[in-house]
Amino acid sequence: MNGQRFRNGSGGRIDRTLPVSFLFNGRRYDGFAGDTLASALLANGVRLVGRSFKYHRPRGIVTAGTEEPSALVQLGVGPRTEPNVRATQAELYDGLIATSVNCWPSVDFDVGAINSALGAIFPAGFYYKTFMWPPQAWRFYEWFIRRAAGLGRAPTQADPDRYEKTHAHCDVLVVGAGPAGLATALAAGRAGARVILADESSELGGGLLGASATIAGGPAMTWVATAVAELASLPEVRLLPRTTVFGYYDHNHLGLVERVTDHLGPQPDGRLPRQRVWKVLARQVVLATGAIERPMVFDDNDRPGVMSLAAARTYANRYAVRAGDSAIVATNNDSAYEAALELSEAGVGVKAVIDARPSPPDVWRDRLRDRGIEVVPGKVVSAALGGKRVEGAEVRDLAEDGARLIGGATRYACDLIAVSGGWNPSVHLFSQSGGRLRFDGDLAAFVPDVSRQAERSAGAARGSFTLAGCLADGFDAGAAAAHVCGFGSGVAPAAPATDEAAPTPLRAVWRVPSAGGRGKAFVDLQNDVTADDVGLAVREGYSSVEHLKRYTTMGMGTDQGKTSNVNALAILADLTGAGIAAVGTTTFRPPYTPVTYGALAGRNVGDRFDPVRMTAIHPWHASAGALFEDVGQWKRPWYYPRRGETLHQAVARECKAVRSKLGIVDASTLGKIDIQGPDALKFLNLVYTNAWDNLEVGRCRYGLMLKEDGMVFDDGVTARLGPEHYHMTTTTGGAARVMGWLEEWLQCEWLDFRVKLTSVTTQWIVIAIGGPYARRLLGELCPDIDLASEAFPFMAWRDGTVAGIPARVYRVSFSGEQAYEINVPSSYGLALWQVMITAGIKYDITPYGTETMHVLRAEKGFVIVGQETDGTTTPQDLGMDWIVSKKKPDFIGKRGLARADCLRPDRKHLVGLLPESPTDVLQEGAQIVAEIKPKPPMPMEGHVTSSYLSAVLGRGFALALLKGGRGRHGQTVAVSSYGKTTWAKVVPPIFWDKEGERLRG
Amino acid sequence: MHLIACPWCGPRDEVEYNYGGEAHIARPIAPESLSDGAYADYLFMRKNPKGLHAERWVHTAGCRRWFNVLRDTMSHRILAVYRMGEPRPEVKP
Repeated sequence: MNGQRFRNGSGGRIDRTLPVSFLFNGRRYDGFAGDTLASALLANGVRLVGRSFKYHRPRGIVTAGTEEPSALVQLGVGPRTEPNVRATQAELYDGLIATSVNCWPSVDFDVGAINSALGAIFPAGFYYKTFMWPPQAWRFYEWFIRRAAGLGRAPTQADPDRYEKTHAHCDVLVVGAGPAGLATALAAGRAGARVILADESSELGGGLLGASATIAGGPAMTWVATAVAELASLPEVRLLPRTTVFGYYDHNHLGLVERVTDHLGPQPDGRLPRQRVWKVLARQVVLATGAIERPMVFDDNDRPGVMSLAAARTYANRYAVRAGDSAIVATNNDSAYEAALELSEAGVGVKAVIDARPSPPDVWRDRLRDRGIEVVPGKVVSAALGGKRVEGAEVRDLAEDGARLIGGATRYACDLIAVSGGWNPSVHLFSQSGGRLRFDGDLAAFVPDVSRQAERSAGAARGSFTLAGCLADGFDAGAAAAHVCGFGSGVAPAAPATDEAAPTPLRAVWRVPSAGGRGKAFVDLQNDVTADDVGLAVREGYSSVEHLKRYTTMGMGTDQGKTSNVNALAILADLTGAGIAAVGTTTFRPPYTPVTYGALAGRNVGDRFDPVRMTAIHPWHASAGALFEDVGQWKRPWYYPRRGETLHQAVARECKAVRSKLGIVDASTLGKIDIQGPDALKFLNLVYTNAWDNLEVGRCRYGLMLKEDGMVFDDGVTARLGPEHYHMTTTTGGAARVMGWLEEWLQCEWLDFRVKLTSVTTQWIVIAIGGPYARRLLGELCPDIDLASEAFPFMAWRDGTVAGIPARVYRVSFSGEQAYEINVPSSYGLALWQVMITAGIKYDITPYGTETMHVLRAEKGFVIVGQETDGTTTPQDLGMDWIVSKKKPDFIGKRGLARADCLRPDRKHLVGLLPESPTDVLQEGAQIVAEIKPKPPMPMEGHVTSSYLSAVLGRGFALALLKGGRGRHGQTVAVSSYGKTTWAKVVPPIFWDKEGERLRG
Repeated sequence: MHLIACPWCGPRDEVEYNYGGEAHIARPIAPESLSDGAYADYLFMRKNPKGLHAERWVHTAGCRRWFNVLRDTMSHRILAVYRMGEPRPEVKP
């Protein structure tokens, strides 16, 4: 048996013909296909699998499923490593490598365990109490906390695996493939409905996989096999094993994650995705999510070997693994007895069933006696004995009121304490859907009450804890859900017979009273929250369940309190005297279990994260060695370095070329909107601040758009192409925003305007040339436009041909030089660019990028919306009062500008700054103060918006927004730049060709 | 995730839309005649009801048309969808 001392020779659903070996904490172990990491570790007698979060106490495997709070491992190595994987769900494959989380240097000897002895400094809320003072020490505390806390470690390399996303629609989505889910799918599928049945396990069957029940006179798993075969044969039914429904969103949208190849180990060929996210829109949902067994809270209930009884049963039946040699069963309900018998049959030496109820059913007492198992009524396990593993159990009488223990302890030697404290329906998805819960006193559990979406619960998920109840529920729910979707009569098929004993009431035991020892009684194993912590929180005033959660961290973490929440709030209810129903639950939020970012991102990673837009001239830019800058989704040439040039050298060269000879820039990314209609002029007058009535066909005009609050929103040049026809340009980054803004006004406010908008951004390539030789070059290529200044003045446009290509030429300038923007259909763009580069050689034509463009416009004091403005900037702040019409009765933002706050004289104004030392270049975003005081605070008076080294000025210069700046020209201010104070003179925000002769000439 | 029925395109996933805030806020005809307070009401103040809410949506990744939706902000149930300029329909929450 390869050292699998706790593995039975027969039985279980593992494949003994497929042995696999794996490494845990560096040691090799053997298991079988069909094992989980947890079942294989138990088979090998490994009990200690990790250390706890806060006290670093030894921890073992507590459950056999999703709810596992404790047995978390770091799975895999390198880029594929995954933290905090539940060993109870990790399917075993050959070569699997796992390590314990949260222990150092090893799980057996852990330095952090000292925290356990120092428990007094880690009470509830210790984050808020211990690490507060002195404030300077926070950096040290943070380092300590980050190292000491947290569970597993995130991978540091890129994820090499592939993930997929898919969408699906169905009539009935069934969550969970236990008896209720299978019955639901059968009823709905037989009626002809399109069904998706999802279950998180590798095999369908749910709780039946871990029990030995009888359905229709035979083994339950035979019924399961028949049901699965029938479902597989139905054409409209899709079975999704290894698929967790992690989120229930609005309008019956659900998120599923399918683990496609996780059970096979790493798949380097990438033929199959690792995981796939399903986004399912379901007409009806049936939640057959089962129930989770509740732990009991007694002293040292976290010792490795204290386990959920259902888990011990599952290990015995599904994996043929004995979770211990000798066991004590602690319970308060009937479900423990069948489980105890099955454990006994599997070879676990069950010594006694300790039942908190004074008189458990006689029928069980007799059946257990026949197997040599003692039934001890009216008692509880009050403490677990042992350290790194359970060595025994202390058993005492529980008083009738449940509030204290009576008399001395009986000690049982055992290595397994299997606990059943009752069952909590898995209402997580129901709650996520917006459904309201009700506390059922008989079951001592929250059950679904009022649904909000097209959904129903079936089986244990709604508190039907018998097998017969699950099957009947499922058939009912499936028939009803299909019927709502138009399939079948709605009459449920008859459920097959089962052979269970009728259950009797349980006795709720939330907190086993302490016998006064030094032990810790844990409510939440993952977050190391004890019953005493809950008490302390209540004494300190955190008596609402949401406060309790945040103060103690109870219910947080990777398990989100699946085993702890109900116990915690019941203890809270007990302490405050409010009923459990009044205390209520914390909010259930997606995801049900952690979902890896890779799965959520799917294929939208790397190059596919966001679309990349390139102009038609892009190949030329790339071959010319341009470096690119991202502007929105566009790739724009940033600058074109020649061999060995730095950014500054290249930009200085490009700037000089434009100022002295000729530059050429690809301006195609500007937003362009074609505006047509009889009301186009009226519309422009409303969306721009200036007047457009007197703009003639053939001319263009700069415009500023405001939001209704008066703040600058976008700018650009708009040309009048015809009496009712305009061509608007916008900023590159604002193109889509402006288009949406204009559409919104036309569709929502001015429905009677006859105006049509069309985005033509990518229809046109725009090549801008600027510099003293611009007209000369254009003249050589453009025979049919009179370029003389009188015939074709600044701010005009003409149609013609350039290099034989039909073109519209705008005489506009963003550089301050004589300049033209040549618009041609996109398909001609690259050809025209190449012609112009060749024709321009004799003028040393120099391609330039966005950096040079910014320097040139800043020298002229032209603002960039979003750089000189930030959503709190008015036209007057920018010194652009000239563009705000005083005569127009209305435009968007006019009333906003009249607000008192917009009229304050001490608003921040656009100014120029000249650093005292010409070689200084101020840091963009740097704060400005008027004087330097010995220590803060010093009033912030503004900030630097743009700052460059100017080749033509031979010095650094900047634009800034400064309080009352227009009245402060000539003053000197201090700028906190690159960690030092730089003094700079306030000047008007224009540095080049103040009269504008160059661009008009 | 909402499933929203665009009046022109039919039911489409929420990711195709953008939210446009409260509906039926008309731009003042003579804004200059409003006090700062009244203008601020138009500009900034929005209802935030628990329950029925008339709101604007735009089918950004579809037909790019704006329309109105009556939605219950508690249950997220959509009770009516109607075009711009149409009166708000009477519905029972």
